[in-house]
Amino acid sequence: MSYFLQQLINGVALGSIYGLIAIGYTMVYGIIGMINFAHGDIFMVGSFIALILFLILLSLGVTMIPLALLIVLLVAMCLTAVWGWTVERIAYRPLRESFRLAPLITAIGMSIVLQNFIQVAQGARVKPLQPVVTGGYVLSEGGGFSVILSNIQILIVVTTLVLMVLFWLVITRTALGRAQRACEQDRLMASLSGVNVDRTISLTFVLGAMLAAVAGLLYLLYYGVIDFYIGFIAGIKAFTAAVFGGIGSLPGAMLGGLIIGLIETFWSAYFSIEYKDVAAFSMLAIVLIFFPTGLLGRPEVEKV
Amino acid sequence: MSALAETGKPFGQRLQSALGDAVIGGLIAFLLFSLLLGLRMVDKVTGLTLEPRPWLLITAVAIVFFGRLLLSLFVWQAEYPITKPFAKFFTREPFDRRDLIVLGSVAAISGVMLLFRNPIYSLFAIPILLFLGLGSLRRLIVYFFPDLPYARIFVTVGLLFAIFFPLSTYFLEKTFHLGLPLRYWFDLAILVLTYIMLGWGLNIVVGLAGLLDLGYVAFYAVGAYTFALLATHFGLGFWICLPVAGAVAALWGIILGFPVLRLRGDYLAIVTLAFGEIIRIVLLNWTEVTNGPNGVSGIPKPTFFGLPFTPIAAGGGETFSSFFGLKYDPLQGIIFLYYVILALALFTNLVTLRLRRLPVGRAWEAMREDEIACRSLGINTTVTKLTAFATGALFGGLAGSFFATRQGFISPESFTFIESAIILAIVVLGGMGSQLGVAIAAIVMVGGFEALRHTDWLEEIFGPDFDPSLYRMLLFGAAMVAIMVWRPRGLVAARDPTITLGEARAIPPDLVKEGRA
Repeated sequence: MSYFLQQLINGVALGSIYGLIAIGYTMVYGIIGMINFAHGDIFMVGSFIALILFLILLSLGVTMIPLALLIVLLVAMCLTAVWGWTVERIAYRPLRESFRLAPLITAIGMSIVLQNFIQVAQGARVKPLQPVVTGGYVLSEGGGFSVILSNIQILIVVTTLVLMVLFWLVITRTALGRAQRACEQDRLMASLSGVNVDRTISLTFVLGAMLAAVAGLLYLLYYGVIDFYIGFIAGIKAFTAAVFGGIGSLPGAMLGGLIIGLIETFWSAYFSIEYKDVAAFSMLAIVLIFFPTGLLGRPEVEKV
Repeated sequence: MSALAETGKPFGQRLQSALGDAVIGGLIAFLLFSLLLGLRMVDKVTGLTLEPRPWLLITAVAIVFFGRLLLSLFVWQAEYPITKPFAKFFTREPFDRRDLIVLGSVAAISGVMLLFRNPIYSLFAIPILLFLGLGSLRRLIVYFFPDLPYARIFVTVGLLFAIFFPLSTYFLEKTFHLGLPLRYWFDLAILVLTYIMLGWGLNIVVGLAGLLDLGYVAFYAVGAYTFALLATHFGLGFWICLPVAGAVAALWGIILGFPVLRLRGDYLAIVTLAFGEIIRIVLLNWTEVTNGPNGVSGIPKPTFFGLPFTPIAAGGGETFSSFFGLKYDPLQGIIFLYYVILALALFTNLVTLRLRRLPVGRAWEAMREDEIACRSLGINTTVTKLTAFATGALFGGLAGSFFATRQGFISPESFTFIESAIILAIVVLGGMGSQLGVAIAAIVMVGGFEALRHTDWLEEIFGPDFDPSLYRMLLFGAAMVAIMVWRPRGLVAARDPTITLGEARAIPPDLVKEGRA
């Protein structure tokens, strides 16, 4: 039982990170109907920016951990947002009115560019960071196995929850959120009623990149090592999560992220660690057969 | 000369807006690169330390600033974009005086640059002069013979070249001993043809049926491993295994297709992507059968009607060279491989072209254009999708089987997602559904990628520490983005109608609907 509890905690922490990335996919898909393949690499860029910021703060002698975390979080969010904006501006906006596969190809191209840019600029070797957030609580002890809830896991889950609430407020309560939902329903009609569609789409990418930066920072803190390739795997998992929950739905993305995180953790714990990805992907295929639009996705009404 | 007479914005105003634009561009470049290029993480004994690289950062920002400034002044906001005279080479518009001045001065500058015999100057001058020369040649031919069926001539010449290229170069080399790098040429040609075949195979799924398949490499892997395992465990030969590998891949296509083809486009895309990854992970971890990451080696080469291409036959029988009374040469085997893949690729093309005329092929294209209309007309879309998927998988399997026999060694390394992405990029960049476009895109992508492998000239510019292989994928990705933004509908955008009443006329790109994913 305690083993199970520990895996549950680990799975929720991992799932939160996937969920944060998945929101970026699902928002972009909702608004312009394209798979933003470069999003996983934006997440990777975010974690590299966070690592460099940590090193800068370390050399400046900032030792107060909460302050350092806050600075890194805010600066990394802003800089990664610029990356998200630039990718949209260069690779997707010129193809806005083109056919659907064109932006997908530029997205794959951008993903290759980002990965290799980081590899060239920062080297291919894994980059370690000594633990920043340490300590934790022992929830239960017994049978030689203690269930530990570490501070970093608490941080991950709390950050994710806070961001989810903030995000929900942005989408439901603000003018930007209204504009986004309008563009999602009908872009032409939205622009006729005075919504600046290009700006709204850009801001969607900016928001997605910000969340990806948070996910990148949390990933860095949780695992302590990053390399230029983490974006690909995490990106596929997060996109799977978005599809799982029903693409275009924000709660769906979070739910999908949690489920993927849990499947992966439990499969690694009880069966074999090699096939954890196979388990996650097979689960996706099975779910899609029974819920063709994901768990929380609205059924598509096709109009002729 | 009318464009000059038009009153545009005065130059001062244009300069002002261009400067503003360039400053913003430079600022964004600074934000992008400040941490990632300006600082480098270096491993030290004490842990990671940062090493500042201010000059690199300044250079990068300056490139963006001046690049944007010049582009907006002379191309984006200019009354007469400076690129226009160059673009005219691709059209039949007449050149006016201004075009000739621009082109003439560019040619003159390049010519002078060439005289310096500096490798860096020649690097810029030679491609420019080549472009100008070929462009002028094209314009001259079009001027004197405006009505020739150029597309057909192009295809015929290309095909004849593909057929006679290895034999003619081989005999030239054997007669005159020119020292040509034949081995390298043939290997490259085989690689290009493999990608052309894969492109044509995926074109059935993506280009004709409009289904987005992000895991095509899975079928390639299935074909390769089917042949490799049959050959190493049961000692079967290439020609027996080839159809088996194709059939197994097609079977996998059907097994995968049955549950997921009811899904809408993007769900299908992610499931195919997931399937590709699953296959790769299983190949990697099922060590008892696939030998895991070490791969399968010792895969036999194909034989010519039972005659092996070896110096001495294993069982003491005849070999290809002894049977025909030739001197043994390892190139003979490679030339044979070239013809095998050429035949396989042409077979793929032929089958595709014939299938397009059959009801099933027309159903594919109808489904791509409008699935609902298709269903209303009584076409069973599930079966139609399944046939497209299985046919595409079949050719993927055949190509995979060829890949295994050519390499002699396969491992899961060769079947990563990036392969799927490259094949998909070839199909989309070529112009979905266009057979010729796919072939051109494969040559451009694979050839260009290979050209970047031999980049001694880059080392000459950037010094001996420069490792070009790192930049290869970077340039490859950037080229993918650039080509797509430049020609969103692919290199060959016009379509030939499948069936016509009377004379066949090409369909212009704006009338072709999207290949719906």
